[in-house]
This record gives sequence, structure tokens and C-alpha cells, in this order.
Amino acid sequence: MSSPHIHSGSSSVTMMLQVMLALLPATLVAVWLFGWLALLQISTCMAAAIGFEWLLLRVMKRSLAPLFDGSAALTGLFLALVLPAAAPWWVALVGALAAISLGKQLYGGLGYNPFNPALAARVILLVSFPLQMTTWLLPLPIAGGADLTDLTTAATIFFNGIAATGQPFDAVTMATPLGYVKTALHSGIPVPQSLASYHYSALAALVGNEGGSMGETSALALLLGGVYLLRRRVISWHIPLAFLATVAVMAAVSHLLNPDRFASATFHLLAGGLMLCAFFMATDPVTSPVAPRGQLLFGIGCGVLTWVIRNFGSYPEGAMFAVVLMNCVVPLLDRHFRPPVYGHRS
Amino acid sequence: MSVVLMPILVLAVAGLLFGLLLAVASKLFKVEGNPLEASIDQLLPQTQCGQCGFPGCKPYAHAVVSGEADVNHCVPGGERVMLQIADLMGVEPKAIEEEPSAPMVAFIREDECIGCTLCIKACPVDAIVGAPKQYHVVIAEDCTGCTLCVEPCPVDCIDMLQTPELLEHWSWPLPGTARAELAHERKYGHA
Amino acid sequence: MAMHSWQRLGAKWLAGLIPLAEAGVHPDDCKVTASLAITDAPLPPLLVLPIRQHIGQACAPIVDAGDTVLRGQKIAKSQGYVSTSIHAPTSGRVVKIEEHAIVHPSGIGMLSIFIEPDGEDRWLEKLPAMADYAQRDPAEIREQIRSCGIAGLGGALFPTFIKLVRDPNHRIETLILNGIECEPWLTCDHRLMVEDAPRIVAGLKILRYLVQAERCVVAIEDNKPDAAAAMREALKQAGCADVEVRLLPTIYPQGSEKQLIETITGRQVPAGKLPLHIGALCENVATTAAIADAVLEGKPLIERVVTLSGDAMPKPANLRVRIGTPVDYLLRQQGLEDLHGVEVMQGGPMMGERLRHLDAPITKGSNGILAMRQQAREPESPCIRCGHCVQVCPVGLMPNELASHCRNDRFEESEAFNLFDCIECGACSYVCPAHIPLVHYFRYGKGQVAAIRRANAFAELSRQRSEAREQRIQREREEKAARRRARSAAKPAPSPVPPKAEQP
Repeated sequence: MSSPHIHSGSSSVTMMLQVMLALLPATLVAVWLFGWLALLQISTCMAAAIGFEWLLLRVMKRSLAPLFDGSAALTGLFLALVLPAAAPWWVALVGALAAISLGKQLYGGLGYNPFNPALAARVILLVSFPLQMTTWLLPLPIAGGADLTDLTTAATIFFNGIAATGQPFDAVTMATPLGYVKTALHSGIPVPQSLASYHYSALAALVGNEGGSMGETSALALLLGGVYLLRRRVISWHIPLAFLATVAVMAAVSHLLNPDRFASATFHLLAGGLMLCAFFMATDPVTSPVAPRGQLLFGIGCGVLTWVIRNFGSYPEGAMFAVVLMNCVVPLLDRHFRPPVYGHRS
Repeated sequence: MSVVLMPILVLAVAGLLFGLLLAVASKLFKVEGNPLEASIDQLLPQTQCGQCGFPGCKPYAHAVVSGEADVNHCVPGGERVMLQIADLMGVEPKAIEEEPSAPMVAFIREDECIGCTLCIKACPVDAIVGAPKQYHVVIAEDCTGCTLCVEPCPVDCIDMLQTPELLEHWSWPLPGTARAELAHERKYGHA
Repeated sequence: MAMHSWQRLGAKWLAGLIPLAEAGVHPDDCKVTASLAITDAPLPPLLVLPIRQHIGQACAPIVDAGDTVLRGQKIAKSQGYVSTSIHAPTSGRVVKIEEHAIVHPSGIGMLSIFIEPDGEDRWLEKLPAMADYAQRDPAEIREQIRSCGIAGLGGALFPTFIKLVRDPNHRIETLILNGIECEPWLTCDHRLMVEDAPRIVAGLKILRYLVQAERCVVAIEDNKPDAAAAMREALKQAGCADVEVRLLPTIYPQGSEKQLIETITGRQVPAGKLPLHIGALCENVATTAAIADAVLEGKPLIERVVTLSGDAMPKPANLRVRIGTPVDYLLRQQGLEDLHGVEVMQGGPMMGERLRHLDAPITKGSNGILAMRQQAREPESPCIRCGHCVQVCPVGLMPNELASHCRNDRFEESEAFNLFDCIECGACSYVCPAHIPLVHYFRYGKGQVAAIRRANAFAELSRQRSEAREQRIQREREEKAARRRARSAAKPAPSPVPPKAEQP
């Protein structure tokens, strides 16, 4: 073997573990918000992802080594965090299967998938099971919801659905801020009014105490994880910064021009899956550009698409679609936005 | 009636026009020689060894283009050249039956040479010098190692020697990792 | 407004989140020999001198087996332009001239001159010193540097005199002394600067006289403040107040010539050009000291400082070693007898070469000999496209993509994506979490491209020779036919006399 004869000691497995560690705050918040249900979802998704990976590798007669690289477990965790807490068990299973098969192994396994497996799975689930994927449970800190600190209640919801708890559907669910604002706009209610009637608070959005996927709502927890990843140099700043800044700038300008139609930058930054997408999904190394300039463009593209889909699309949230769409142009960005090579500057 | 006739007429006229255009173009932009043949000849190692069953590299290139020969007969060119030819011809790659031997040069044992000039006549690249009744010498740096001079020698004084490995020409082998080997197996390992 | 220390700390922490364009890596520097003074290594019982110890053409031996030689006597003469001579490191007898192992990944040996020291260590009587160099023609000084066998001691081994041309079209504006030594473990240049700063400064003055540089910079990494202090003091003593000693941040590969030139001058050496073309000259500090010896005292390059270190080296040291000393002799001197599970390499761990034969000799380029505990190499796993290699590449390549092209023998793409701009510093392989031996792939690719180019050139030559032969045969046939026709026309009736033998 040629030089170098020393190595920094980093490894793919370590990187996966670091990302999981970075997701710990968001995972803990999910457990705080949804109690046993969160634990059920997370364990199911992770186990299913690893199980399907094993199955597929066996079926395709491939080496089982990738089973231990941590990527399947991470995909499972990601998937759980982007699912609504009330998603039934079979949605979790289908999601895990979609993520591992359609999202990853179909393309040759880790390193070759064009789309982030968990996000691809979420898109597939959202278009296949729109009702299950948009039923948002009332989080625990908000009084009046289902008692998810009780394992039986949580298991009932997970296996038999909300109806089986006997509680009225509307009493235990709520809308996401983005969804609420969008529906209100359709009925002609301006943004400030609908936010007021939602009792929107930026603090709640920061902590995560509002309607949404399990691991998406707490901007603070995700930010914490993101900063950890930046510090450990697992991800570089280009994508998250470009992504968030683009959304912020577009939201701020549009809000300034028409506050009744467009929500503020703070609202957009804290809402939906933006933080999760910006720090964890868009920075997925396999499906993002490798060179800094490409990463910046990728982040900007994600930001623009997110804002456009949120404000003009038929879905209230656009961050994940934005990332999946931008994943398609990664090969192009990689090819055309390379770093300048030493001595070739004209 | 015209519903049938008109399209036929239009197509016929269009066909005629394009045909004329092609005819003119083929006259105007006529290429001397067969360009495909030349590009295949460019790929061949020019050892002129005849191991392909043809008297030299150019004849083999001609044979490949005209369909007389398969793409996998150039032994010294190895897999790399075969793949390039297959790519040019747009046909499936085919494994080469013979392993290419290590690079060699001919060497004449001078004290046994009788100066018959038969090897000089056999050498396809004029890499042997000598006059009748004089020792013949192989110009080592011009010898392609084709072995065509070995047979004609009546006293069997020509040896094929392995070319010494030069420090300057040494190059790093492929890293011995499983992935590197797999990649090469995929590229070159078709039967 | 005064900034509180916690504010400054916070600002620094935040800046750490957004590192702007920082190519390079930070391996543990492991400079355990940094405070150990240079000592003389003993003379071995046999010295082995390979006939090529520089980039370029090999030398021709000018001694024969049985000859006695004196210390400093030329024993092999340079051949061609890019070449520099080799001298006897001590007095003794030439035992034999034959092939011997050298430090090379191939394990192929090289013709070497074996000298058995007589123990007297007698210098050649008259050394061609040029203490009055400032009164002499620069060409004469360059010739002196050439004949004293001086090549770049940083490891590149480019014959130094070539870089010292006074070219009217390319004036040297900046002279950079490279005291970076960014490879982990190595401290030979560091110690030389601490202990021998005046000699380096003397060399600097000679270089300056030769190339008439306006600006001189001594570049030192900031992990060697003592070296910088020593150099500053020596410069002050020598009256070179205008020479700047620059402390640069410690980052590998800061010491790479092209990267250093960009750091100091802000300009890049264009691809395929020399530093000379942008008015820069970069010399290693050890080379500079050797130039001082060569010019002021007429001493040829017969010894150098070598760092013996590594985590398996019982007694790490900085040794002044005669060129030609076998590595295994030095290892035994430092108490390393049991080589089980130990890997020995020449140079630093980032760019050094693993020794295939421990009896290979120290040559002009041996800056260090490291004995490292053998470590299992992690298997190569698929690239996860993390982009760390792209971030650390000092050249601006995309190593992940390049390695994939090389692995699949797509050499045209490799070349198009600047394979040949790679300096093989190893930063990419060092950080790769998938443990892809990127540099190895690049070396494989470069070697294959070179082999293909050679093969193509040879094929072209063979084609021409083959075509020439065919034309000749054709011509001969036509001439023969023409003669036959002429004969039959001249002599319609069959002749009783047999025709003369044909001229070939």
C-alpha cells in the first residue's frame, strides 16, 4: 500500500453514530411530546429498517457487511422522526421497506442511492397514505390529548388507530402551523389572523410543542444537533446555511411586501421540517454535492423550492420535496461546480 | 383518393430529395480509406506479430472492420485494446483466449549467427541489422518482441529475452483491496 | 469597546462552525525528537552509494573496484543536464560496484558504489572553496553547487543548481526558505534551524546573491517558535534585517512547495510551469545550509541530518548521517533489533515510503527513518460521498471521483479531471472515513497513463518502421520488375551467357 501510512481514525460507522448522537435531542423531545408512542415508532422503524436490509442483502446474495455500517439503523431513526406520531404500525413498516428497497438497495446500497432513503420513503408514504400521514396527535404537554404516558393507550393507537381509544378524533389531534395557515388562506383568512386563532407562539415552535411529525417540531433540539455535527466536521456549513438563509431571505422579503399573504421569516424557519431537512436531510453526504460551491447552490435550491412549495404548492410543507427534488440535480452540480484546481486559474 | 395519394406523393418526393442530398454529400465529403479501420489500427500495439492470424496490425484492423475477424484476436493488446475495439465496433466484448506474455526482446547469440539474413527479412519493423556473412544484431529498443525472427533462423541462435523491469517504467499496481479487484473483474472479467 | 474574554471565546467558537476554505489536515505532530540535539552517527563498516540520488539522469561511476578514495572525492559524475554528482562520504576503498536495494516501492535495486571506510576519514586535500563568491560570476557558483552534488534535501531531490538560473525573462522576486517541515515525527530541519541557523543564513546570502531576489522570507510553522527565534537572531547577526521570518499556521501540507509559494506570494504556480515563472524560488533550509558548505568551504554533499523516530523506535534521535549508511545499521544503533510487527519507512508518515529492504542506504533525500508499529489496515468500504477529501485537498481536486475513475481504468476522465495535478500529499486518504486508499489509486492511474503513453509512442514508432519496410519492399519489387522489363526489351533473344547476379 502506498502512503499515507497514518489515518485520522474517522470511519463511516463513526459518522453514522455521530449523526445518531446529533439526533438524540430531537429524539428525546419526541419522547417528551409523544411518550410511549414515540418509543414504539422509533423502535419499530429502526428494527424494520435493519430487518429489511438483512432480508434484501440475503435475497440479492450480497455480503452482509453493510448491515453493521449503521446506515440502516440511521435510516430507520430518520424515518421514525419524520412520521406523524399517530401513524399506524403498517405505515412504519411500509415506510421502512420503501426506504431500504426503493430508497437504497435498488441502486446498489450505501453510497449509490440518489435520494435520501428516509425522505424518499416519506414522500412515497405521503402520496400513498395522505390521511395517515397528516393526522397529527396533540403532543403531551398540551392538555386534553390522548394519554401517551400510558403504554396501553399508545399501543392501542399504534396498532388499532386513534378511533380504538374511544376518544373523539378532533379532541386528540391538531393541525400543523403550516397546514393551518394554508387552509385558512384558502378560505380567505389572512396570515396574522389565522396565526392568532392557532394560538401560534414562536417559543412553542422552538421547543416543538405543536402539531407535526415526531422529530420535526423542535427547532431548538435540531439546531443543537446541527451545531454538534458542524463542530465535529461531520457536515460542512454550506448546505444548512444556504438552505436556511435562502428561506429566511425569501420569507422576509415576501412578508415585508405582503404580510397578509406571506408569513414571517421566523415562522418559516421554525415551522415544519425545515430544521431537520437543513441540518440532517439535505446534508446527507450520499445525496448531496461534495464540493463547496455545489453545496451552496444545492442549499439555495432547497431553500427556494421549500419556500415556493410552502406558499404556492398544494402541500403545506415543502422542505422534504425540495430536498428530494434537489437530490436529482446533484450529479449535475458535482460535475459543473468543482473547486478551482491549483495552477489552472486563468 | 387524395387522402391516400397525397402522403404517398409527399413521402416519395421527400425520399427522392433526401436521397439526392445524401448522394451529393457522399461525393462532396468523401473520406479516403476507411476511417474506422484507421482508428482500430491506431489502437493496436503495432507489434506486427501476426498472433491474430493476419500478417500484421493493419491487415487485422481491416479484417475486423470487414467482419472477417472477431475483436478479441490481438494477444499483445490484451483486454484493454479488445475493449476499445469492441467499443469502436459497437459489439459485445469477447474474452481473449491467450494470455499476453511478458514483454520480450529478441537477442541473437552472435557467435552462433552465420549471417544468413533470414531473420532480417522476417523482421516486420526492420529492427535487425547486419549484412550477409556478418553477425546480425537486434536493435533492442525497436524490437516489438513479435518472435517472427525465431522460426526462420536455420541455426536457432535467436532467444526471446524478457525485457528487464526498469525502475523508471515501474508503476504502482492496483491497490489490493476487494473493491478494486471487483471493479476490474466487472470491467475485464467477461467470458 | 473592550471585548470580554468569554466574548472572544464565543466568537472563536462560532467561527469554528464556519471554517472558510481551509484545505489540509491536522495529524498529531508527534515531534518527540524536537528537543534532541543533532549528534553524529558512527561510520558504518560499509557505505552503499546508489548512482542516482536526485530527480533526473543517473550518474556514471568514475572509480573502479579496488580504488582508494578520500572523503569528498567525486566518485560518480553527473550525466546530462538534470543530474548532479556523487562524492565519497569518507576515505576508504571501493569494494565493488553492483546493484543494491534502494528505497523504492518496487523493490527494484540500483547500481551502487560500495565503499569500505578505512577509519581515517581523511578529507580530499584541496577543496575548491569560494569564500569570495560575491566577487565571482554567478555561473561559476552554480557550477560549484552542481559539482558539489546538491539536490533538494526536503525530499524532492531536484538538482538545486537548475533552480538558480538568472533568467532575464523571469526575475526572481521572492526567495522563500522552506523551514515548514509539516510531516509528523520529522524534526531534522527544525533542529538544523535551532542549531545551525548561521550556516543557513550564510546559504541564504549566497542564494540571494545568485538570484538577486528583492524579498526574502523564511517560512516556519508556528509549532517551532525556537527555530524562528534562532533564525531571527542569526539574521540579525548577519545583518539581514530585511529578511522576514514568517510563522505560518501548522497545517499539513503547508510545506509543499507550490502551496507554500501561494501562501507567501498569494500567487499560484501555473500548471506545467515552474515557480521561476512567477518569480519565486523556494529552497529547503537544509539545502540552503548545504549550499553554504559547498560554496564557502567547497564541501560536497556527503552527509545530512536524519530524524530517527517512530512509535517503535527505542531511542529516537536526530543524527548527522553519512550518505550511504545502511538503514538497518542505523536502526541497530538506535537499539531496534527486533523488527517483528514493526514497519520501517523513509520520510514522514504522510508521504514516506515503506522500506522493502532494510539494507537500503540513506540517500540525499532521506529526511527521516521511522519505525512504526504495524497497524491493520481497515478494509476499503464504499464511498459515502462525505466530501471530506474535497475539503482537505490542497490542490482543489475531487479525490472521490478521481479515485473511482482510476479504479475503473477510465484514464481519459482521470486526466481530464486533473489527475496529474495531484501532489500525492495524502490528505484525502488520511481523512477518508471509508478508508479508500485514494493516493494509491492516483499512483496506479498515473503509472497506467504513463505506461499507455509509452506504449502508444512505441506503437507509433513501430508503425512507422513497419510502413517504411513495406514501402521499401514495394520499391524493391518495382525496381526489380523494371529492370526485368528493361532487360527483356534490350535482349529479345535468349542469351547463352547467364545473367549477372542482381544487386540487392
